[in-house]
Amino acid sequence: MRYILDNPEKVLDLTWDHIQLVGIAILIASAIGIPLGILINRVRWLQLPVLNLSGVLYTVPSIAFFAILIPYTGIGKTTAIYALAVYSLLAIVRNTAAGMDEVDKATKDAADGMGMTKLQRLRMVELPLALPYILTGIKIATVAGIGIAVIAVVIGGGGLGRLVFDGIRTQEANPVLAGAIMSVLLAFIADFGIGRLALLFRRDLRASAERGS
Amino acid sequence: MITLDNVTKTYKSAAGDFHAVRNVSFTVNEGELAVLIGPSGSGKTTTMRMINRLEKATSGTISVNGQDINSLNVVELRRHIGYVIQQGGLLPHFTVAENVALVPRLLGWDKKKRRARAEELLALVDLDPAIYADRFPRQLSGGQQQRVGVARALAADAPIILMDEPFGAVDPITRNQLQRWLRQVQRDVRKTIVFVTHDINEAFLLGDRIILMKDGQIAQNGSPADLLRTPASDFVKEFIGDEFALQALEHTYIAELARPFVPDVPDDALVIPGDMSIPEASREITQAESTGHDGFWVANDNGEPDGYVTYEDFANVLSEGIASEVEAEEADTIDPELLGEEERAHAVHS
Repeated sequence: MRYILDNPEKVLDLTWDHIQLVGIAILIASAIGIPLGILINRVRWLQLPVLNLSGVLYTVPSIAFFAILIPYTGIGKTTAIYALAVYSLLAIVRNTAAGMDEVDKATKDAADGMGMTKLQRLRMVELPLALPYILTGIKIATVAGIGIAVIAVVIGGGGLGRLVFDGIRTQEANPVLAGAIMSVLLAFIADFGIGRLALLFRRDLRASAERGS
Repeated sequence: MITLDNVTKTYKSAAGDFHAVRNVSFTVNEGELAVLIGPSGSGKTTTMRMINRLEKATSGTISVNGQDINSLNVVELRRHIGYVIQQGGLLPHFTVAENVALVPRLLGWDKKKRRARAEELLALVDLDPAIYADRFPRQLSGGQQQRVGVARALAADAPIILMDEPFGAVDPITRNQLQRWLRQVQRDVRKTIVFVTHDINEAFLLGDRIILMKDGQIAQNGSPADLLRTPASDFVKEFIGDEFALQALEHTYIAELARPFVPDVPDDALVIPGDMSIPEASREITQAESTGHDGFWVANDNGEPDGYVTYEDFANVLSEGIASEVEAEEADTIDPELLGEEERAHAVHS
Protein backbone atom coordinates (compact mmCIF):
# COMPACT_ATOMS: atom_id res chain seq x y z
CA MET A 1 0.00 0.00 0.00
CA ARG A 2 2.77 2.32 1.01
CA TYR A 3 4.46 1.74 -2.33
CA ILE A 4 1.32 2.66 -4.24
CA LEU A 5 0.87 5.89 -2.26
CA ASP A 6 4.56 6.78 -2.70
CA ASN A 7 4.56 6.19 -6.43
CA PRO A 8 1.04 6.98 -7.56
CA GLU A 9 2.00 8.15 -11.01
CA LYS A 10 4.02 5.09 -11.87
CA VAL A 11 1.45 2.67 -10.51
CA LEU A 12 -1.46 4.39 -12.26
CA ASP A 13 0.47 4.58 -15.54
CA LEU A 14 1.21 0.88 -15.45
CA THR A 15 -2.36 0.07 -14.42
CA TRP A 16 -3.66 2.06 -17.39
CA ASP A 17 -1.19 0.18 -19.58
CA HIS A 18 -2.55 -3.05 -18.22
CA ILE A 19 -6.15 -2.06 -18.86
CA GLN A 20 -5.31 -1.16 -22.45
CA LEU A 21 -3.49 -4.41 -22.99
CA VAL A 22 -6.35 -6.55 -21.75
CA GLY A 23 -9.06 -4.28 -23.14
CA ILE A 24 -7.78 -4.31 -26.71
CA ALA A 25 -7.18 -8.05 -26.55
CA ILE A 26 -10.75 -8.65 -25.36
CA LEU A 27 -12.13 -6.38 -28.09
CA ILE A 28 -10.26 -8.35 -30.74
CA ALA A 29 -11.29 -11.66 -29.20
CA SER A 30 -14.94 -10.57 -29.05
CA ALA A 31 -14.88 -9.33 -32.62
CA ILE A 32 -13.72 -12.76 -33.73
CA GLY A 33 -15.25 -14.92 -31.01
CA ILE A 34 -18.87 -13.74 -31.06
CA PRO A 35 -19.34 -14.22 -34.82
CA LEU A 36 -17.54 -17.55 -34.52
CA GLY A 37 -19.89 -18.59 -31.72
CA ILE A 38 -22.89 -17.64 -33.87
CA LEU A 39 -21.40 -19.52 -36.81
CA ILE A 40 -20.95 -22.78 -34.91
CA ASN A 41 -24.48 -22.44 -33.58
CA ARG A 42 -25.70 -22.29 -37.18
CA VAL A 43 -23.31 -24.75 -38.81
CA ARG A 44 -23.36 -27.71 -36.48
CA TRP A 45 -20.49 -29.71 -37.90
CA LEU A 46 -18.12 -26.82 -37.26
CA GLN A 47 -18.87 -26.89 -33.54
CA LEU A 48 -16.45 -29.66 -32.53
CA PRO A 49 -13.43 -28.60 -34.59
CA VAL A 50 -13.72 -24.95 -33.58
CA LEU A 51 -14.17 -25.65 -29.86
CA ASN A 52 -11.37 -28.22 -29.91
CA LEU A 53 -8.97 -25.91 -31.68
CA SER A 54 -9.62 -23.01 -29.32
CA GLY A 55 -9.40 -25.47 -26.42
CA VAL A 56 -5.98 -26.64 -27.55
CA LEU A 57 -4.78 -23.04 -28.01
CA TYR A 58 -5.96 -22.31 -24.47
CA THR A 59 -3.75 -25.04 -23.01
CA VAL A 60 -0.49 -23.76 -24.53
CA PRO A 61 1.54 -22.21 -21.66
CA SER A 62 1.56 -18.44 -22.01
CA ILE A 63 5.33 -18.06 -21.92
CA ALA A 64 5.65 -20.59 -24.74
CA PHE A 65 3.01 -18.78 -26.68
CA PHE A 66 4.85 -15.47 -26.38
CA ALA A 67 7.98 -17.18 -27.61
CA ILE A 68 6.17 -18.67 -30.59
CA LEU A 69 4.73 -15.29 -31.59
CA ILE A 70 7.93 -13.25 -31.30
CA PRO A 71 9.34 -14.24 -34.74
CA TYR A 72 6.15 -12.99 -36.37
CA THR A 73 5.15 -9.95 -34.37
CA GLY A 74 8.36 -9.01 -32.62
CA ILE A 75 8.78 -7.88 -29.06
CA GLY A 76 6.32 -5.49 -27.49
CA LYS A 77 2.69 -4.74 -26.83
CA THR A 78 1.35 -6.12 -30.12
CA THR A 79 2.59 -9.61 -29.39
CA ALA A 80 1.14 -9.50 -25.90
CA ILE A 81 -2.22 -8.38 -27.22
CA TYR A 82 -2.36 -11.13 -29.86
CA ALA A 83 -1.50 -13.76 -27.31
CA LEU A 84 -4.11 -12.50 -24.85
CA ALA A 85 -6.73 -12.38 -27.59
CA VAL A 86 -6.08 -16.00 -28.51
CA TYR A 87 -6.43 -17.01 -24.86
CA SER A 88 -9.71 -15.15 -24.56
CA LEU A 89 -11.17 -16.74 -27.65
CA LEU A 90 -12.23 -20.04 -26.11
CA ALA A 91 -14.37 -18.60 -23.33
CA ILE A 92 -16.08 -16.14 -25.66
CA VAL A 93 -16.77 -18.61 -28.49
CA ARG A 94 -18.01 -21.30 -26.16
CA ASN A 95 -20.30 -19.02 -24.16
CA THR A 96 -21.70 -17.33 -27.26
CA ALA A 97 -22.57 -20.70 -28.75
CA ALA A 98 -24.07 -21.89 -25.46
CA GLY A 99 -26.14 -18.71 -25.15
CA MET A 100 -27.46 -19.08 -28.69
CA ASP A 101 -28.34 -22.72 -27.97
CA GLU A 102 -30.22 -21.69 -24.83
CA VAL A 103 -32.69 -19.48 -26.68
CA ASP A 104 -36.05 -21.21 -26.34
CA LYS A 105 -37.14 -23.08 -29.46
CA ALA A 106 -40.68 -21.74 -29.09
CA THR A 107 -39.35 -18.18 -29.00
CA LYS A 108 -37.40 -18.71 -32.21
CA ASP A 109 -40.42 -20.39 -33.77
CA ALA A 110 -42.57 -17.40 -32.83
CA ALA A 111 -39.98 -15.03 -34.31
CA ASP A 112 -40.02 -16.95 -37.61
CA GLY A 113 -43.80 -17.18 -37.57
CA MET A 114 -44.11 -13.41 -37.09
CA GLY A 115 -42.17 -12.96 -40.29
CA MET A 116 -38.75 -11.89 -39.06
CA THR A 117 -35.90 -12.20 -41.54
CA LYS A 118 -32.94 -14.30 -40.41
CA LEU A 119 -30.99 -11.17 -39.59
CA GLN A 120 -33.86 -9.62 -37.65
CA ARG A 121 -34.25 -12.79 -35.61
CA LEU A 122 -30.54 -12.73 -34.79
CA ARG A 123 -30.47 -9.03 -33.92
CA MET A 124 -33.82 -8.66 -32.16
CA VAL A 125 -34.20 -12.04 -30.49
CA GLU A 126 -31.22 -14.36 -30.34
CA LEU A 127 -28.39 -11.95 -29.53
CA PRO A 128 -30.31 -10.07 -26.81
CA LEU A 129 -31.39 -13.34 -25.20
CA ALA A 130 -27.89 -14.83 -25.45
CA LEU A 131 -26.33 -11.63 -24.11
CA PRO A 132 -25.96 -12.70 -20.46
CA TYR A 133 -24.06 -15.81 -21.61
CA ILE A 134 -21.85 -13.84 -23.99
CA LEU A 135 -21.02 -11.37 -21.21
CA THR A 136 -20.17 -14.23 -18.89
CA GLY A 137 -17.71 -15.44 -21.51
CA ILE A 138 -16.20 -11.97 -21.80
CA LYS A 139 -16.01 -11.70 -18.03
CA ILE A 140 -14.19 -15.02 -17.64
CA ALA A 141 -11.79 -14.06 -20.44
CA THR A 142 -11.14 -10.63 -18.95
CA VAL A 143 -10.48 -11.86 -15.42
CA ALA A 144 -8.14 -14.55 -16.72
CA GLY A 145 -6.55 -12.07 -19.12
CA ILE A 146 -5.72 -9.61 -16.33
CA GLY A 147 -3.71 -12.36 -14.64
CA ILE A 148 -1.99 -13.60 -17.77
CA ALA A 149 -1.12 -10.06 -18.88
CA VAL A 150 1.20 -9.75 -15.86
CA ILE A 151 3.54 -12.17 -17.61
CA ALA A 152 3.45 -10.12 -20.82
CA VAL A 153 6.17 -7.92 -19.42
CA VAL A 154 8.76 -10.58 -20.32
CA ILE A 155 8.26 -9.75 -23.99
CA GLY A 156 8.07 -6.03 -23.39
CA GLY A 157 4.33 -5.84 -23.07
CA GLY A 158 4.42 -3.46 -20.13
CA GLY A 159 1.60 -3.26 -17.64
CA LEU A 160 1.52 -4.26 -13.99
CA GLY A 161 3.94 -7.10 -14.69
CA ARG A 162 6.66 -4.43 -14.71
CA LEU A 163 6.14 -3.84 -10.98
CA VAL A 164 6.16 -7.54 -10.20
CA PHE A 165 9.21 -8.43 -12.23
CA ASP A 166 11.15 -5.32 -11.15
CA GLY A 167 10.41 -6.26 -7.56
CA ILE A 168 11.64 -9.79 -8.09
CA ARG A 169 14.82 -8.56 -9.76
CA THR A 170 15.65 -6.08 -7.03
CA GLN A 171 14.37 -8.40 -4.30
CA GLU A 172 11.87 -5.88 -3.03
CA ALA A 173 8.52 -7.14 -1.78
CA ASN A 174 6.64 -3.83 -2.03
CA PRO A 175 6.48 -3.38 -5.80
CA VAL A 176 5.56 -7.05 -6.20
CA LEU A 177 2.72 -6.60 -3.75
CA ALA A 178 1.63 -3.35 -5.39
CA GLY A 179 1.47 -5.04 -8.79
CA ALA A 180 -0.44 -7.96 -7.35
CA ILE A 181 -2.90 -5.78 -5.45
CA MET A 182 -3.66 -3.61 -8.48
CA SER A 183 -4.17 -6.63 -10.73
CA VAL A 184 -6.49 -8.29 -8.22
CA LEU A 185 -8.39 -5.02 -7.90
CA LEU A 186 -8.79 -4.79 -11.68
CA ALA A 187 -9.99 -8.38 -11.88
CA PHE A 188 -12.47 -7.71 -9.12
CA ILE A 189 -13.89 -4.63 -10.84
CA ALA A 190 -14.12 -6.47 -14.17
CA ASP A 191 -15.85 -9.40 -12.52
CA PHE A 192 -18.40 -7.16 -10.86
CA GLY A 193 -18.89 -4.72 -13.70
CA ILE A 194 -19.11 -6.87 -16.83
CA GLY A 195 -21.81 -9.11 -15.37
CA ARG A 196 -23.94 -6.05 -14.79
CA LEU A 197 -23.58 -4.76 -18.33
CA ALA A 198 -26.47 -7.04 -19.27
CA LEU A 199 -28.77 -4.85 -17.20
CA LEU A 200 -27.91 -1.91 -19.45
CA PHE A 201 -29.26 -3.69 -22.50
CA ARG A 202 -32.00 -5.87 -21.08
CA ARG A 203 -34.80 -3.90 -19.46
CA ASP A 204 -36.58 -7.10 -18.49
CA LEU A 205 -33.60 -8.24 -16.40
CA ARG A 206 -33.43 -4.78 -14.88
CA ALA A 207 -37.09 -5.00 -13.98
CA SER A 208 -36.53 -8.35 -12.28
CA ALA A 209 -33.44 -7.07 -10.47
CA GLU A 210 -35.34 -4.04 -9.17
CA ARG A 211 -38.11 -6.21 -7.83
CA GLY A 212 -35.42 -8.22 -6.06
CA SER A 213 -36.38 -11.52 -7.61
CA MET B 1 -59.73 -18.26 -47.54
CA ILE B 2 -57.23 -21.08 -47.23
CA THR B 3 -57.12 -24.00 -49.63
CA LEU B 4 -55.00 -27.12 -49.38
CA ASP B 5 -55.00 -29.27 -52.48
CA ASN B 6 -53.56 -32.77 -52.26
CA VAL B 7 -50.83 -31.73 -49.85
CA THR B 8 -48.22 -34.23 -48.72
CA LYS B 9 -45.30 -33.84 -46.35
CA THR B 10 -42.65 -36.52 -46.41
CA TYR B 11 -39.66 -36.72 -44.11
CA LYS B 12 -36.79 -38.66 -45.59
CA SER B 13 -34.58 -40.65 -43.28
CA ALA B 14 -32.21 -43.59 -43.42
CA ALA B 15 -34.98 -45.85 -42.11
CA GLY B 16 -37.19 -44.90 -45.06
CA ASP B 17 -39.66 -42.18 -45.93
CA PHE B 18 -42.17 -41.08 -43.36
CA HIS B 19 -45.37 -39.46 -44.57
CA ALA B 20 -46.36 -37.01 -41.86
CA VAL B 21 -49.19 -35.68 -44.01
CA ARG B 22 -50.71 -37.59 -46.93
CA ASN B 23 -52.86 -36.17 -49.73
CA VAL B 24 -54.70 -33.72 -47.54
CA SER B 25 -57.21 -31.37 -49.16
CA PHE B 26 -59.54 -28.95 -47.47
CA THR B 27 -60.82 -25.39 -47.62
CA VAL B 28 -61.29 -22.95 -44.78
CA ASN B 29 -63.73 -20.24 -45.79
CA GLU B 30 -63.39 -16.61 -44.91
CA GLY B 31 -64.44 -15.87 -41.33
CA GLU B 32 -64.52 -19.56 -40.46
CA LEU B 33 -62.76 -21.17 -37.51
CA ALA B 34 -61.52 -24.59 -38.55
CA VAL B 35 -60.17 -26.92 -35.90
CA LEU B 36 -57.48 -29.42 -36.88
CA ILE B 37 -57.68 -32.22 -34.37
CA GLY B 38 -56.32 -35.73 -33.99
CA PRO B 39 -54.13 -37.92 -31.83
CA SER B 40 -50.45 -37.04 -31.54
CA GLY B 41 -48.60 -37.92 -34.71
CA SER B 42 -51.70 -37.43 -36.83
CA GLY B 43 -50.06 -34.59 -38.76
CA LYS B 44 -52.32 -31.80 -37.57
CA THR B 45 -49.52 -29.45 -36.46
CA THR B 46 -47.44 -30.17 -39.55
CA THR B 47 -50.47 -29.41 -41.71
CA MET B 48 -50.94 -26.06 -39.99
CA ARG B 49 -47.26 -25.16 -40.14
CA MET B 50 -47.20 -25.70 -43.88
CA ILE B 51 -49.69 -22.87 -44.30
CA ASN B 52 -47.19 -20.20 -43.19
CA ARG B 53 -44.32 -22.24 -44.59
CA LEU B 54 -42.69 -23.03 -41.28
CA GLU B 55 -42.73 -26.47 -42.89
CA LYS B 56 -42.38 -26.92 -46.60
CA ALA B 57 -44.95 -29.11 -48.31
CA THR B 58 -43.34 -31.94 -50.26
CA SER B 59 -46.08 -31.90 -52.88
CA GLY B 60 -49.49 -30.38 -53.46
CA THR B 61 -50.62 -26.78 -53.48
CA ILE B 62 -51.53 -24.47 -50.64
CA SER B 63 -53.14 -21.18 -51.47
CA VAL B 64 -54.16 -18.26 -49.35
CA ASN B 65 -56.84 -16.00 -50.81
CA GLY B 66 -56.30 -17.62 -54.18
CA GLN B 67 -52.53 -17.12 -54.28
CA ASP B 68 -50.14 -20.05 -54.19
CA ILE B 69 -48.05 -19.50 -51.04
CA ASN B 70 -44.91 -20.62 -52.84
CA SER B 71 -45.26 -17.69 -55.22
CA LEU B 72 -45.14 -15.25 -52.29
CA ASN B 73 -42.15 -13.97 -50.35
CA VAL B 74 -42.02 -16.11 -47.23
CA VAL B 75 -41.38 -13.19 -44.86
CA GLU B 76 -44.23 -11.17 -46.36
CA LEU B 77 -46.52 -14.19 -46.22
CA ARG B 78 -45.87 -14.70 -42.51
CA ARG B 79 -46.33 -11.04 -41.68
CA HIS B 80 -49.81 -11.28 -43.12
CA ILE B 81 -50.76 -14.43 -41.26
CA GLY B 82 -51.24 -14.18 -37.48
CA TYR B 83 -49.53 -16.92 -35.50
CA VAL B 84 -50.23 -17.99 -31.92
CA ILE B 85 -48.41 -20.81 -30.15
CA GLN B 86 -48.52 -22.50 -26.78
CA GLN B 87 -47.74 -20.09 -23.93
CA GLY B 88 -47.96 -17.33 -26.47
CA GLY B 89 -44.34 -17.64 -27.57
CA LEU B 90 -43.78 -14.12 -26.30
CA LEU B 91 -40.35 -12.54 -26.51
CA PRO B 92 -39.25 -12.37 -22.85
CA HIS B 93 -37.14 -9.24 -23.33
CA PHE B 94 -39.92 -7.22 -24.99
CA THR B 95 -42.63 -5.52 -22.98
CA VAL B 96 -46.20 -6.64 -23.45
CA ALA B 97 -46.91 -3.66 -25.70
CA GLU B 98 -43.76 -4.30 -27.76
CA ASN B 99 -44.71 -7.93 -28.14
CA VAL B 100 -48.16 -7.01 -29.37
CA ALA B 101 -46.77 -4.44 -31.80
CA LEU B 102 -44.04 -6.72 -33.11
CA VAL B 103 -45.43 -7.36 -36.58
CA PRO B 104 -46.43 -3.68 -37.04
CA ARG B 105 -42.81 -2.88 -36.17
CA LEU B 106 -41.54 -5.33 -38.78
CA LEU B 107 -43.93 -3.70 -41.23
CA GLY B 108 -42.35 -0.33 -40.47
CA TRP B 109 -45.13 1.45 -38.59
CA ASP B 110 -43.92 4.43 -36.58
CA LYS B 111 -43.59 4.24 -32.83
CA LYS B 112 -46.66 6.24 -31.93
CA LYS B 113 -48.95 4.27 -34.18
CA ARG B 114 -47.54 1.00 -32.84
CA ARG B 115 -48.15 2.02 -29.27
CA ALA B 116 -51.71 3.09 -30.01
CA ARG B 117 -52.38 -0.19 -31.82
CA ALA B 118 -50.92 -2.21 -28.92
CA GLU B 119 -53.10 -0.42 -26.40
CA GLU B 120 -56.18 -0.88 -28.54
CA LEU B 121 -55.55 -4.62 -28.80
CA LEU B 122 -54.73 -5.08 -25.13
CA ALA B 123 -58.08 -3.55 -24.36
CA LEU B 124 -59.68 -5.94 -26.84
CA VAL B 125 -58.19 -8.95 -25.04
CA ASP B 126 -59.34 -7.59 -21.67
CA LEU B 127 -55.94 -6.53 -20.36
CA ASP B 128 -55.90 -2.95 -19.09
CA PRO B 129 -53.13 -1.21 -21.08
CA ALA B 130 -52.44 1.17 -18.17
CA ILE B 131 -51.49 -1.81 -16.03
CA TYR B 132 -50.04 -4.34 -18.46
CA ALA B 133 -48.58 -2.50 -21.47
CA ASP B 134 -45.15 -1.90 -19.91
CA ARG B 135 -44.82 -5.16 -18.02
CA PHE B 136 -42.67 -8.02 -19.22
CA PRO B 137 -44.19 -11.39 -20.13
CA ARG B 138 -42.80 -13.19 -17.08
CA GLN B 139 -44.73 -10.79 -14.84
CA LEU B 140 -48.00 -12.11 -16.29
CA SER B 141 -49.92 -15.30 -15.53
CA GLY B 142 -50.08 -18.07 -18.13
CA GLY B 143 -53.60 -17.10 -19.14
CA GLN B 144 -52.65 -13.45 -19.53
CA GLN B 145 -49.61 -14.36 -21.63
CA GLN B 146 -51.90 -16.39 -23.84
CA ARG B 147 -54.15 -13.38 -24.38
CA VAL B 148 -51.15 -11.26 -25.28
CA GLY B 149 -50.22 -13.96 -27.79
CA VAL B 150 -53.64 -13.65 -29.39
CA ALA B 151 -53.45 -9.84 -29.34
CA ARG B 152 -50.11 -10.04 -31.13
CA ALA B 153 -51.61 -12.23 -33.85
CA LEU B 154 -54.34 -9.64 -34.38
CA ALA B 155 -52.06 -6.59 -34.33
CA ALA B 156 -51.31 -6.20 -38.02
CA ASP B 157 -54.93 -7.00 -38.88
CA ALA B 158 -54.00 -10.18 -40.69
CA PRO B 159 -57.13 -11.77 -42.15
CA ILE B 160 -55.82 -15.24 -41.33
CA ILE B 161 -54.65 -16.60 -37.98
CA LEU B 162 -52.97 -19.89 -37.19
CA MET B 163 -53.23 -21.14 -33.62
CA ASP B 164 -51.10 -24.07 -32.48
CA GLU B 165 -52.60 -25.52 -29.28
CA PRO B 166 -52.71 -22.01 -27.85
CA PHE B 167 -54.48 -22.99 -24.63
CA GLY B 168 -52.62 -26.25 -24.05
CA ALA B 169 -50.39 -25.02 -21.26
CA VAL B 170 -52.87 -23.38 -18.90
CA ASP B 171 -54.99 -24.91 -16.13
CA PRO B 172 -58.47 -26.24 -17.02
CA ILE B 173 -60.39 -23.34 -15.49
CA THR B 174 -58.31 -20.70 -17.24
CA ARG B 175 -58.50 -22.74 -20.44
CA ASN B 176 -62.27 -22.72 -20.30
CA GLN B 177 -62.31 -18.97 -19.72
CA LEU B 178 -59.94 -18.42 -22.63
CA GLN B 179 -62.04 -20.60 -24.90
CA ARG B 180 -65.23 -18.69 -24.11
CA TRP B 181 -63.32 -15.47 -24.48
CA LEU B 182 -61.95 -16.48 -27.90
CA ARG B 183 -65.50 -17.25 -29.08
CA GLN B 184 -66.46 -13.76 -28.05
CA VAL B 185 -63.47 -12.16 -29.76
CA GLN B 186 -63.99 -14.20 -32.92
CA ARG B 187 -67.61 -13.04 -33.03
CA ASP B 188 -66.28 -9.47 -33.17
CA VAL B 189 -63.27 -9.85 -35.46
CA ARG B 190 -64.39 -12.71 -37.76
CA LYS B 191 -60.97 -13.92 -38.81
CA THR B 192 -60.22 -17.00 -40.84
CA ILE B 193 -58.67 -19.22 -38.20
CA VAL B 194 -56.95 -22.60 -38.28
CA PHE B 195 -56.83 -23.91 -34.73
CA VAL B 196 -54.83 -27.01 -33.77
CA THR B 197 -55.79 -28.95 -30.65
CA HIS B 198 -56.00 -32.48 -29.33
CA ASP B 199 -58.87 -31.61 -26.98
CA ILE B 200 -62.21 -32.72 -28.42
CA ASN B 201 -64.13 -30.45 -26.05
CA GLU B 202 -62.20 -27.48 -27.32
CA ALA B 203 -62.85 -28.54 -30.92
CA PHE B 204 -66.61 -28.67 -30.40
CA LEU B 205 -66.66 -25.49 -28.39
CA LEU B 206 -64.74 -23.39 -30.90
CA GLY B 207 -64.98 -24.99 -34.32
CA ASP B 208 -67.30 -23.94 -37.11
CA ARG B 209 -65.66 -26.85 -38.88
CA ILE B 210 -63.74 -29.77 -37.47
CA ILE B 211 -61.09 -31.54 -39.49
CA LEU B 212 -60.24 -34.78 -37.73
CA MET B 213 -56.92 -36.31 -38.76
CA LYS B 214 -55.40 -39.73 -38.34
CA ASP B 215 -52.02 -40.98 -39.57
CA GLY B 216 -51.53 -37.93 -41.75
CA GLN B 217 -54.90 -38.19 -43.46
CA ILE B 218 -58.29 -36.62 -42.94
CA ALA B 219 -60.70 -38.97 -41.18
CA GLN B 220 -63.61 -36.54 -41.40
CA ASN B 221 -64.13 -32.92 -42.30
CA GLY B 222 -67.43 -31.38 -41.29
CA SER B 223 -69.40 -29.27 -38.87
CA PRO B 224 -69.47 -30.33 -35.20
CA ALA B 225 -73.02 -31.52 -35.75
CA ASP B 226 -71.94 -33.64 -38.76
CA LEU B 227 -69.31 -35.39 -36.67
CA LEU B 228 -71.77 -36.09 -33.88
CA ARG B 229 -74.67 -37.22 -36.04
CA THR B 230 -72.94 -38.92 -38.95
CA PRO B 231 -69.45 -40.03 -37.94
CA ALA B 232 -67.64 -41.23 -41.06
CA SER B 233 -65.94 -44.20 -39.42
CA ASP B 234 -65.47 -46.11 -36.19
CA PHE B 235 -62.34 -44.10 -35.60
CA VAL B 236 -64.33 -40.87 -35.64
CA LYS B 237 -66.93 -42.35 -33.29
CA GLU B 238 -64.23 -43.57 -30.95
CA PHE B 239 -62.33 -40.33 -31.03
CA ILE B 240 -65.38 -38.26 -30.22
CA GLY B 241 -66.28 -40.70 -27.46
CA ASP B 242 -69.65 -42.13 -26.57
CA GLU B 243 -70.11 -40.04 -23.49
CA PHE B 244 -69.39 -36.91 -25.37
CA ALA B 245 -72.79 -36.11 -26.81
CA LEU B 246 -74.29 -34.67 -23.63
CA GLN B 247 -71.07 -32.79 -23.00
CA ALA B 248 -71.39 -31.47 -26.51
CA LEU B 249 -74.67 -29.90 -25.46
CA GLU B 250 -72.75 -27.93 -22.87
CA HIS B 251 -70.81 -26.46 -25.71
CA THR B 252 -73.81 -25.79 -27.87
CA TYR B 253 -75.23 -22.35 -27.38
CA ILE B 254 -78.84 -21.37 -27.62
CA ALA B 255 -77.94 -18.80 -30.25
CA GLU B 256 -76.90 -21.65 -32.55
CA LEU B 257 -80.43 -23.13 -32.44
CA ALA B 258 -82.19 -19.85 -33.05
CA ARG B 259 -84.50 -19.57 -36.01
CA PRO B 260 -85.32 -16.22 -37.57
CA PHE B 261 -86.69 -13.64 -35.25
CA VAL B 262 -90.44 -13.60 -34.60
CA PRO B 263 -91.33 -9.93 -34.26
CA ASP B 264 -93.71 -8.35 -31.77
CA VAL B 265 -92.25 -9.89 -28.63
CA PRO B 266 -95.14 -10.10 -26.15
CA ASP B 267 -94.69 -8.79 -22.62
CA ASP B 268 -94.90 -12.24 -21.08
CA ALA B 269 -92.35 -13.74 -23.47
CA LEU B 270 -89.57 -15.91 -22.14
CA VAL B 271 -86.24 -14.47 -23.30
CA ILE B 272 -83.08 -16.56 -22.96
CA PRO B 273 -79.63 -15.05 -23.50
CA GLY B 274 -78.02 -16.51 -26.62
CA ASP B 275 -74.75 -17.33 -24.87
CA MET B 276 -76.40 -19.81 -22.50
CA SER B 277 -75.55 -23.46 -23.07
CA ILE B 278 -78.38 -25.90 -23.67
CA PRO B 279 -78.36 -27.43 -20.16
CA GLU B 280 -78.33 -23.95 -18.63
CA ALA B 281 -81.25 -22.89 -20.79
CA SER B 282 -83.07 -26.09 -19.91
CA ARG B 283 -82.92 -25.18 -16.21
CA GLU B 284 -84.09 -21.69 -16.99
CA ILE B 285 -87.03 -22.93 -19.02
CA THR B 286 -88.23 -25.43 -16.42
CA GLN B 287 -88.19 -22.72 -13.79
CA ALA B 288 -90.04 -20.19 -15.92
CA GLU B 289 -93.80 -19.87 -15.82
CA SER B 290 -95.67 -21.28 -18.77
CA THR B 291 -96.52 -18.52 -21.22
CA GLY B 292 -98.74 -20.10 -23.80
CA HIS B 293 -96.25 -19.56 -26.64
CA ASP B 294 -94.77 -22.51 -28.51
CA GLY B 295 -91.23 -21.40 -27.88
CA PHE B 296 -88.94 -18.74 -26.44
CA TRP B 297 -87.00 -15.76 -27.73
CA VAL B 298 -83.22 -15.61 -27.86
CA ALA B 299 -81.44 -12.41 -26.89
CA ASN B 300 -78.22 -11.11 -28.43
CA ASP B 301 -75.26 -9.73 -26.50
CA ASN B 302 -77.09 -6.47 -25.87
CA GLY B 303 -80.06 -8.27 -24.35
CA GLU B 304 -82.33 -7.55 -27.32
CA PRO B 305 -84.36 -10.50 -28.64
CA ASP B 306 -83.20 -11.37 -32.15
CA GLY B 307 -84.14 -15.02 -32.62
CA TYR B 308 -86.69 -17.64 -31.74
CA VAL B 309 -86.53 -21.33 -30.70
CA THR B 310 -89.57 -23.59 -30.54
CA TYR B 311 -89.89 -25.93 -27.57
CA GLU B 312 -90.14 -28.78 -30.04
CA ASP B 313 -86.72 -28.01 -31.56
CA PHE B 314 -85.26 -27.56 -28.13
CA ALA B 315 -86.65 -30.87 -26.92
CA ASN B 316 -85.31 -32.66 -29.99
CA VAL B 317 -81.79 -31.42 -29.45
CA LEU B 318 -81.97 -32.16 -25.77
CA SER B 319 -83.24 -35.71 -26.28
CA GLU B 320 -80.56 -36.45 -28.88
CA GLY B 321 -77.94 -35.62 -26.32
CA ILE B 322 -79.63 -37.53 -23.55
CA ALA B 323 -80.27 -40.58 -25.73
CA SER B 324 -76.60 -40.95 -26.54
CA GLU B 325 -75.78 -40.36 -22.90
CA VAL B 326 -78.02 -43.26 -21.85
CA GLU B 327 -76.56 -45.52 -24.54
CA ALA B 328 -73.10 -44.67 -23.34
CA GLU B 329 -73.98 -45.47 -19.76
CA GLU B 330 -75.48 -48.79 -20.72
CA ALA B 331 -72.41 -49.68 -22.69
CA ASP B 332 -69.67 -48.55 -20.37
CA THR B 333 -70.65 -47.90 -16.84
CA ILE B 334 -72.80 -50.70 -15.59
CA ASP B 335 -73.45 -50.22 -11.90
CA PRO B 336 -72.02 -53.30 -10.12
CA GLU B 337 -74.85 -53.14 -7.55
CA LEU B 338 -77.31 -54.09 -10.28
CA LEU B 339 -75.47 -57.21 -11.30
CA GLY B 340 -75.65 -60.71 -9.90
CA GLU B 341 -72.84 -62.07 -7.75
CA GLU B 342 -71.11 -63.88 -10.58
CA GLU B 343 -71.34 -61.01 -13.04
CA ARG B 344 -70.06 -58.62 -10.42
CA ALA B 345 -66.94 -60.72 -9.91
CA HIS B 346 -66.48 -60.74 -13.65
CA ALA B 347 -66.93 -56.99 -13.93
CA VAL B 348 -64.39 -56.34 -11.21
CA HIS B 349 -61.79 -58.53 -12.83
CA SER B 350 -62.20 -57.23 -16.33
